[in-house]
Amino acid sequence: MLRLPQFGVELPADIAGVIALLRAKPGARIIAGGTDLLPNLKHHLETPETLISLAQVAELRALDERDGVVQIGAGLTLTQLSEHPRVRELFPSLAAAAGQVASPLIRNMGTIGGNVNLDTRCRYVNQTQFWRQALGGGCLKSEGNVCWVVPGGRNCVAAMSSDCAPVLISLDALIVLIGADGERVVPAAKYYKADGLRHTVREDGELTTQIRVPVPSGPRRSAYVKWTVRKSIDYPLVSVALRFDLEADDVHAPVTGVTVVVGVLGAKPRIVSKLDDALGKKLSDPAVARIVSEAVHKQCKPLENVPYEAPYRRQMLRVHTRRAIEGLVAAG
Amino acid sequence: MTDSADPDTLDHTPDWQLGKSHRKVDAMERMRGITRYTDDIKLPGLLHCKILRSPHAHANIVSVDTSRAEAMEGVFAVLVGAELPIPYGVIPWTPDETALAVTKVCYVGDGVAAVAAIDEDTANAAIRAIEVVYELLPAYYDPQEALAGDHTINPFARRGNLSKDVVLEFGDVESSLDEADLVVEGEYFFEGTTHGAIEPHCAVAQVEPNGVLTVWSATQVSHYLHRELAKVLERPAHTIRVIQPPLGGAFGGKSEPFDLEFCVAKLAEKSGRPVKCLYTREEVFYSHRGRHPMRMRYQTGFRQDGTITGVAARTYLDGGAYSSFGLVTTYYSGQLLCAPYNFPAYRFHSTRAYTNKPACGPKRGHGSVQPRFAIEVQLDKAAIALDIDPIELRRRNDIGPGGETINEFKIGSNGFLECLARVEAASSWSERRAKLDYGRGLGVAGSTYISGTNYPIYPNEMPQAAVQVCLDRSGRARVFSGANDIGQGSNTMLAVIVAQELGLELDDVRVLSADSDLCPVDLGAYSSRITLMVGNACLDAAQKLRRKVRAAVAKRFEIPARRVTLIARKAMDLEDPGRSVSITEAFQWAEADHGLLGEVGNYNTPKDRHGSYRGGTIGASPAYSFTAHVAEVEVDADTGVVEVKHIWVAHDCGKALSRRIVEGQIEGSAYMGFGEALMERHDVDPDHNGVHIGPSLLDYRMPTFLDTPELHAMIVEAPDAQGPYGAKEAGEGPLHPSIPAIANAIYDAVGVRIDCLPFSPPRVLAAIQDRLELEDAGESPVFKAGSRGRSDRRSA
Repeated sequence: MLRLPQFGVELPADIAGVIALLRAKPGARIIAGGTDLLPNLKHHLETPETLISLAQVAELRALDERDGVVQIGAGLTLTQLSEHPRVRELFPSLAAAAGQVASPLIRNMGTIGGNVNLDTRCRYVNQTQFWRQALGGGCLKSEGNVCWVVPGGRNCVAAMSSDCAPVLISLDALIVLIGADGERVVPAAKYYKADGLRHTVREDGELTTQIRVPVPSGPRRSAYVKWTVRKSIDYPLVSVALRFDLEADDVHAPVTGVTVVVGVLGAKPRIVSKLDDALGKKLSDPAVARIVSEAVHKQCKPLENVPYEAPYRRQMLRVHTRRAIEGLVAAG
Repeated sequence: MTDSADPDTLDHTPDWQLGKSHRKVDAMERMRGITRYTDDIKLPGLLHCKILRSPHAHANIVSVDTSRAEAMEGVFAVLVGAELPIPYGVIPWTPDETALAVTKVCYVGDGVAAVAAIDEDTANAAIRAIEVVYELLPAYYDPQEALAGDHTINPFARRGNLSKDVVLEFGDVESSLDEADLVVEGEYFFEGTTHGAIEPHCAVAQVEPNGVLTVWSATQVSHYLHRELAKVLERPAHTIRVIQPPLGGAFGGKSEPFDLEFCVAKLAEKSGRPVKCLYTREEVFYSHRGRHPMRMRYQTGFRQDGTITGVAARTYLDGGAYSSFGLVTTYYSGQLLCAPYNFPAYRFHSTRAYTNKPACGPKRGHGSVQPRFAIEVQLDKAAIALDIDPIELRRRNDIGPGGETINEFKIGSNGFLECLARVEAASSWSERRAKLDYGRGLGVAGSTYISGTNYPIYPNEMPQAAVQVCLDRSGRARVFSGANDIGQGSNTMLAVIVAQELGLELDDVRVLSADSDLCPVDLGAYSSRITLMVGNACLDAAQKLRRKVRAAVAKRFEIPARRVTLIARKAMDLEDPGRSVSITEAFQWAEADHGLLGEVGNYNTPKDRHGSYRGGTIGASPAYSFTAHVAEVEVDADTGVVEVKHIWVAHDCGKALSRRIVEGQIEGSAYMGFGEALMERHDVDPDHNGVHIGPSLLDYRMPTFLDTPELHAMIVEAPDAQGPYGAKEAGEGPLHPSIPAIANAIYDAVGVRIDCLPFSPPRVLAAIQDRLELEDAGESPVFKAGSRGRSDRRSA
């Protein structure tokens, strides 16, 4: 078995305690479910001296609805989120994404806060230290200074592999961060950066405490589509979040707004643009599925940073996007 | 040998234990989590061993400096290759690896040095402190490139990078092809897969105060480990004790000695302390010994009626850095294919090359799973070309029972036709196949496998299996057997036989196995030999005891011994069932008459069932199992994703001694083959220094429960005179048809042939799109034209 590096564990009781510890122990890492962090530690991708456990921070595990916004505590497990009746009712694509992360055991441990902050992943990074040494001494994101995905590349293109992140962006969610200077709220759409080494705007001294998702103000259809080789355990290889705002609660009603966000490309989810041609058309009009899936295919270029050939995954983005829309129409 | 002609033994009440569904004798411990696996062994003063591995695929070792490691606090012993320079190999003719690399490293992951330290972290730090200077060499990742290359990979190789070359021809193959109405030619590639046992390899060694070296190891071949330890450590075998604790899976991946066993043994000698080594999952991938990648070119001749005229095969095996079982694999890749179909003429030429990769070896269905894929797809192509139902074509080629294969192997019982009939009926093949829409298909494949090999790995005239059984006055039995229970249920099988013969419940039988100090030698769990061989030996011993017990009861009942039966914990008068005595008392009577009740049983193979040519013994077995599969798939023509919905498996195991275990073996085999067909890939990356493409269970994708099709296991029983109660193997045979049945079903669904494994979505999609282009160009008929709207699919 791979060994974890040695570290100390702190168990603060509340958010304030977490913030104080983050300040007192630079380089400390926050741990909730540990399903992302611990494997990375076993791979010696980092060796923090201290882990700050959120196990005792009960205030992170609440879900409230206030002023037209659902406030999801970052400490809710993915299982809790995916099974929550209000989430399923208001945000079916979010419930679906949370319910498709890895496997039941991992969803029972992993939290939504952790999934939002999931480290970027790459076939050349998430391996043992020995493997990376054999590869030729790691890469930009580990011990080395080269990129194995983009030869000559200076920017890390490790893939944002969170199932929930594209969905949260598509739902106009807000990420709440608390640090020494208090709270700040960042739109999910601006939370991610195109840098695999540091792919979120969260500062080291900040804790993700909450995800706020506005309750839909009008009729809407949304979907999350994930493709991977196995039906459980795997990270997504194709990951698309879709949201259609409609003039009326009917799939034959005209589309008034469309948001499509694609994950597992580089470090940042891609918000697909130039979808205006779909506006005003009925969702059930096959042209909508065609316009959107063509735009996704055109704008999204997967890289060889995760398994299965990039050209194939690009082709599949189109197929799965089209099918997701057809599925929404069929569901009525 | 069992003496089934003895009339005293012919009064079995067959349904006492035989053929029932038993709970495995170790099931409750396993289910409750209290089984003590090798890694659970904790001894006072235990040290932990870590092995330094080569980051290079091919390099000379210029120097190894261990001084810094040795000076570290908590490090008790350091070991380098030069201290154990004697080469070993599970096949006595090809000793070509050393415990640790001595002069050169041959793949990424090759062991170079080992340390024993107070804990794992210290051991890991110590191996990092060892300085190795390498001189890099060009590496070869393709067998044909390796054969043509200038650098010899294996330091003990005598013929460059040629590991083994076998050419055998039976009959006149050229004219058989010339005279054929149809010759199907195909090239097939099997990329290579590994075992994926959940328990990583683990070994613990301790030098006892009396000087005996005890090695506990997660091995499936205690005896071969014992022999190689004696050889490499230069220590008499009687001063070594090998114990195999309960195993968490093996599948062929633990069927030879590995570096960790030598390392812990030598480090225990050097340090005077017990030493443990547990592989990481990554190390399990490097130790490998999985299925050989094979590139296979086949020509199969057919008459218009679908009968085979001849078969010619040319195969390259990618062996990896060491021989392992490779000599046998090379033979098996041709020798094991001459049933269930009659080959009037047959030639195979198989060449195994060394490459700079983890060594390949035996995986469930050793040697024949890859060519079986090729042969069964060839048959399917012929069935389509000749417009014959694929099941019917197979029937027409059935070799039948009691005959001889073209390579002179004697077939005993053969339930293949019944297997075909069972899967045909269960899958509603005849009614449904022609009606399935585009994207949905049924495929069939058949196979055969050995129930052990007629000749042991090292030549000797001793029995292939021996068992000792003792009865005690409390009404219990003890079975001492060297056989390795690797989860296949061999301990339960022994308990069933003893319980059957002596009228006991399984709970009354204690099986002590795989401890070289306590148990007779057995050769191990490989080639599906245990039920037939060890079962026969056990039956021999149990029947001797049965005779003694019946005689003692008969004397006291004053009736002939043949009237006494042992059943339901009683000895009973068959003609007056009301007259009985408890089995405990019966055993006591027998002990009073005969003294302590202990018997040994032996089994040796018949020596007249193999070919009379050089190599003709390799692959010959006392009895052959037969299997047929029908797979049902759904192929998504837009994505290339293949979903296997059902696999119907009918397997002729001769006689199911324990029904649920046989069904479990059938299902497990079909599952394993299915995973190999669709997703598993064991390979290295030639473009990145030969690193493994993903040595973890995240990257090496084995199917989950959700991916697994409905598996329908059907037992067919064609009892074989060679097996105990007619039993043959069930652990490996049922895997073989999985892959070709799925391949053939994919063709039936979408009209494309995927001759290269695995059937991954990009590969399947590319084939579908190629066919569509041909169809659009009018160069190919539209497949299942009646059931598909073409236009919407193009828009994808």
